Amino acid sequence: MGIERAQQRAAYALLAPAALLITVFFALPILASLILSVTDFDIYALAAPGNARFVGVRNYADLLRTPLFWTAIGNTLYYVAVGGPLSVLVSLGAALLVNSKLTRFKPFFRAVYFTPVVTTLVAVAIIWKYLYGLHLPGLPAIDWLGDRHWAKLAIILMSVWKSFGYNMLIFVAGLQAVPQELYDAALVDGATAVQRFRHVTLPQLGPTFLFVSITTMIGYTQLFAEPYVMTQGGPLHATYSIVEYMYEQGFRWWQLGSAAAIAFVLFALILVGSLVQARFRPAETS
Amino acid sequence: MTRRFVLHAVLLAGAVLTLAPLLWMVAASLMPSGQATTYPLHLVPHPVTLANYRYLFTHLDLARNVVNSAIVALSATVLSLLINSMAGYAFAKFRFRGRDSLFRLMLAGLIIPPQVGMLPLFVLMRQLHLVNSYWGVIVPSMASIFGIFLIRQYALSIPDELLDAARIDGASELTIYRRIVLPVLTPILVTFAVFMFMSTWNDFLWPLIILSDDAKYTLPVALANLSGEHVQDTELMMAGSVITLLPVLIVFVALQRYYIEGVTAGSVKG
Repeated sequence: MGIERAQQRAAYALLAPAALLITVFFALPILASLILSVTDFDIYALAAPGNARFVGVRNYADLLRTPLFWTAIGNTLYYVAVGGPLSVLVSLGAALLVNSKLTRFKPFFRAVYFTPVVTTLVAVAIIWKYLYGLHLPGLPAIDWLGDRHWAKLAIILMSVWKSFGYNMLIFVAGLQAVPQELYDAALVDGATAVQRFRHVTLPQLGPTFLFVSITTMIGYTQLFAEPYVMTQGGPLHATYSIVEYMYEQGFRWWQLGSAAAIAFVLFALILVGSLVQARFRPAETS
Repeated sequence: MTRRFVLHAVLLAGAVLTLAPLLWMVAASLMPSGQATTYPLHLVPHPVTLANYRYLFTHLDLARNVVNSAIVALSATVLSLLINSMAGYAFAKFRFRGRDSLFRLMLAGLIIPPQVGMLPLFVLMRQLHLVNSYWGVIVPSMASIFGIFLIRQYALSIPDELLDAARIDGASELTIYRRIVLPVLTPILVTFAVFMFMSTWNDFLWPLIILSDDAKYTLPVALANLSGEHVQDTELMMAGSVITLLPVLIVFVALQRYYIEGVTAGSVKG
């Protein structure tokens, strides 16, 4: 009994620093954010928090009436809807190539494709900003970052480049977990390569698809440094994202109450997006 | 045979495309001012010059930002190794009241985007007088739910007999943690250390929020700031990007085995 109590004490002591830090710097701020979002917390409240007043759902109601909010939502949904599938497809393609039985130097290609993942986002956003400014011979001259219609796509292409290596690794792990017997059985039944891919590989990758598409979606909803560095959200707010809106509202105009409301809209968006995908994916693949 | 050839041609083309932006960055950083954007395009610097790097260190004091980034990333990594290894070990190898529900609650926190708490966190940091300080950047990243999870999964495989034998020999819990647990955990700690170093070195939004003074900026914040002031100086900005990327690329090349393991381990949550 004494030993058990000593063990309990040791366990709590080992946990204490992490528990304290997570509570104070992660959990409590999230709860506080909920409260913040129903106050008019601004720069005066920052000086003396007593200046903040309860305003109910006014911050949320105001957002719904602000065109810029809808622009940010629309752009972010565009990033998710166009960038998400493109990212997943490129990652899957790279995984199939790297994982093919015929491929030599697998670790080399895997490492090369993974390299952009470890790079500093701000630095590569700057590189791409200048790359988009170059006129490459033989390619149509497109004003990638200056044109309202191309700018979002330019940011998406850069994001695909930056992140496909990560999902590629996840897909490779998924591909390697497919039991060989399934392929053998399909071969015996005379299935072609395309049929094997459609009826063996894809269904077996179901859970991997779910994981990859949810994390990719979350990544695109949180886009910030790319537009911040490459376009400052322009031209004409064409690339302006939700997190950028939150950042500007909170730390440029010091409307922390309103910014907290934006943060919760972002959270709700991610939650709904994840639930919708979790609901539809398995049904589709089983 | 031809299939194998086509496959490798595609793989190679993909590799060239993937590395092209980074190779162009290195080439442009070594070009005299203006050369990267003159036509026909130069892909090789002529003549090779270090003037851009020299300018960054002599006129723009980028060395200071390098030091800031190193301090922040290294201290966050060391502290988080200690804190999260303790917690991961406790979750894996001790039986205490509320353990499983606490663990589940913590994992549930992973679905909440970090931006949600950032506004109150900033207010809190102001109250603690940590705005515009290294600690302000470091403290929120010291405890990592992902890290605790990663280390716990690995620590589950430590045999109880090993720990009990040490207890019977009279070793204190602290000695057991230091002399037995930490050495066994070394591989996963290397993985986690690489992760932490990369993510704190590369982090942008939180340092941008919490740091207000050029002299305190980490490299990404300083670089973003510079890119606004030196829009036309392509070669200079590429030199700044090389300096920012070099440490993470070196760590990746040296320790990629550990990093890649961590990525796949993180995806099989269970």
